[in-house]
Amino acid sequence: MQNNRSRSQQSDRGENQQNDRNKNQQNGRTERQQSDRGGNQHNDRSEICVGFVGNPNCGKTTLFNAFTGANLKVANWPGVTVERMEGSTSYKGRPIKIIDLPGIYSLTSYTIEEIVTRRCIEAGEVDVIINVVDASSLERNLYLTMQLLELKKPVILALNMMDIVEERGMEIDMHRLPEMLGHIPVVPVSARRRSGLDVLMHAVVHHYEEGPQGTVVHYDADIEDKIAKIETILRAKYGEMENMRWHAVKLLEEDKEVQSDHPVDVSHIVSQSYEKKIINEKYDYIEEVIRECLVNKEERSAGTDRIDGWLTHPVLGVPIFLGIIALVFFLTFTVGDFLKGYFEILLDWFSGAVLALLTQMQASEWMISLVVDGIIAGVGGILTFLPNIFILFLALAFLEDSGYMARVAYVMNEIMGKVGLSGKAFLPMLLGFGCTVPAVMATRALASERDRRRTILITPFMSCSARLPIYVLFAGMFFPDKALLVAYSLYLIGLVVAILIAFVMHRMDRAGAEDTLLIELPEYKTPNRRTVFIYVWDKVKDYLTKAGTTIFLASIILWFVLNFGPNGYISEVTDSFAAMIGRLLVPVLRPAGLGAWQIAVALISGLSAKEVVVSSFSVLYGISNINSAAGMAELTTSMAAAGFGGVSAYALMVFCLLYSPCVAAIGTIKRETKSWKFTLAMVGFQLFTAWLGAVLVYQIGSRIF
Amino acid sequence: MRLYEGAVGTAYLVSSVVVDDTITRRLEALGVNEMTPVTILNKKGSGSVIIKIRGTRLAVGRRISEGIEIQEMTGREDAPHAEQ
Repeated sequence: MQNNRSRSQQSDRGENQQNDRNKNQQNGRTERQQSDRGGNQHNDRSEICVGFVGNPNCGKTTLFNAFTGANLKVANWPGVTVERMEGSTSYKGRPIKIIDLPGIYSLTSYTIEEIVTRRCIEAGEVDVIINVVDASSLERNLYLTMQLLELKKPVILALNMMDIVEERGMEIDMHRLPEMLGHIPVVPVSARRRSGLDVLMHAVVHHYEEGPQGTVVHYDADIEDKIAKIETILRAKYGEMENMRWHAVKLLEEDKEVQSDHPVDVSHIVSQSYEKKIINEKYDYIEEVIRECLVNKEERSAGTDRIDGWLTHPVLGVPIFLGIIALVFFLTFTVGDFLKGYFEILLDWFSGAVLALLTQMQASEWMISLVVDGIIAGVGGILTFLPNIFILFLALAFLEDSGYMARVAYVMNEIMGKVGLSGKAFLPMLLGFGCTVPAVMATRALASERDRRRTILITPFMSCSARLPIYVLFAGMFFPDKALLVAYSLYLIGLVVAILIAFVMHRMDRAGAEDTLLIELPEYKTPNRRTVFIYVWDKVKDYLTKAGTTIFLASIILWFVLNFGPNGYISEVTDSFAAMIGRLLVPVLRPAGLGAWQIAVALISGLSAKEVVVSSFSVLYGISNINSAAGMAELTTSMAAAGFGGVSAYALMVFCLLYSPCVAAIGTIKRETKSWKFTLAMVGFQLFTAWLGAVLVYQIGSRIF
Repeated sequence: MRLYEGAVGTAYLVSSVVVDDTITRRLEALGVNEMTPVTILNKKGSGSVIIKIRGTRLAVGRRISEGIEIQEMTGREDAPHAEQ
């Protein structure tokens, strides 16, 4: 392609058309020679920027994935997307940039999501808005549409989930609906089945310059009169604006953003906020739209209501939730362990083969040591936990995509209320069982900054998947008969510590702790195979990447500090840098029964990623396959020699559970709170909590056992 | 009566919404407006309620459920687009 750049303009264009034709043939369509409308646009090659705007959980991200080939996370609860995402696609050779925005119910600026979305639209970043609506819940979704229409920007309505509408025997009058919405294009799509996508982009290319026609919602005479007066004032000060009416309406609603962007004195017109009246009148109009356009409006939600009879039961709700979580971890440990056996056999074989190969190649002793004791022991050891991780995320994906997540907020609302948080704060905590990083980001959906910070503070105590290998290893080694019970107890301790900390904070400051839970509960559905696959694959990929990068590097660095000392390459490990550093911390860790320099080194390395605690033990004790029966026995013997028994092992697990998750989580917390002070204080607090927890376990435990 | 005093499985009409201004506006934007039919799907002794309004299920905490006044549907069968 590069070589052809020197060709003349004309042939360049011809080539583009050739490309077009090829593309169209791939799509199995015939090219329309110069469409009747917008003939000029057809040859235009400039990029069109499209913004996906819509209610939470209406399928924007699924649609975004379908267009861009991205694999962003989707799930069946409101608020999965908290950040704007960009991607690109093309239609008949026309490049199209797509911005996926967080879901919002209204174009106000009460929440972070609303501010992000509104700024993006108002800054003129998007040429055309695709308003994605859940057609099966049209009435509520159209409220945002009414606001978007007032903006006077080009809007295209994507009626998503049409398959569900059809399943329910409902029909939407596709002729009348656009008429009632200012003649904007209305395109039925199914993001899940990937149908209607071409038609939607066709609408984008042909209508990106046309806004809605006329005024869609007419308010009562009093409000219309005020709108006209404000428009006159605005016109006098700012000249003609295309979205004059939008500004006038927003000033009537006493909207803070518009008031500060366009400061005009309208106090003689606006004696009170007309927001309530304006909202009500928009809904009056929507009711009219629904009456005219929705045929066979029937509710087939008996299934969801029946399930909810049990899952949101006032008494049984909590026990059922705990049962579901217990099942998730039961599957994680038992099924995961069953599959793990095969991984171990593979790793043993691989480690042996590499050793044989390197010996045959007459590689130097340090080289063999680095590869076999450092890299394979560290990285390979971690890979054997992949089955457990896989099952855990598979179970979480089912929970998230079924529609149960949002119910958990309702079920846990009272318990969370006792510690001064809303039930909604439990969603990030639940996600924390998977990984702290997305869990901390999910706190954006919380209403107040106070709730956010508190939730961010307690979420890291929820035991994430990276801590799983530690439990599998140490519970398996020191409590072989009760391994599952020990692991359960650690998850429970994490949960209890989190709630206890929230409780203490609540006792110190009771301000603003009112039960203002407000969350939409989606319909239950069978988890989508593709969604679950993307979710799990994404996590497995993360895990493998982490093994290949963080853990790989940590293993090499650890091997280095273990095998080198102030005097260069050493044979006696106690002279190494690692031993020197570790010994500094021994006095601090001794009261917790962790008074060995090796443990100190493993815990420090664990700050890079929690799995590294496990890989460090492999490297520290030179065990090639730590997760196998032989490897475990070897480690138990070595550690027992240093006086490390069951109580110490439990203290170690408690320490690992409670101390700072990893640098990635710390970085995310800094980014989300925008405060180093908060972040560092939190890390200090976590280290202290972990130390205190481990000391309590050891001191009490060693007196009993 | 207040929302949390309603009976599970029964349809009512919203007669007023008075919570803090911000929350009130959010509820109104979600379609919880005066004279809108609302069905109570589930509730807890604490005052948390699950409602169905305009085809959407919402879970609300006590602070909100005590701020929403409801009335019986009687004689309003012809009300604009009643539920079910």
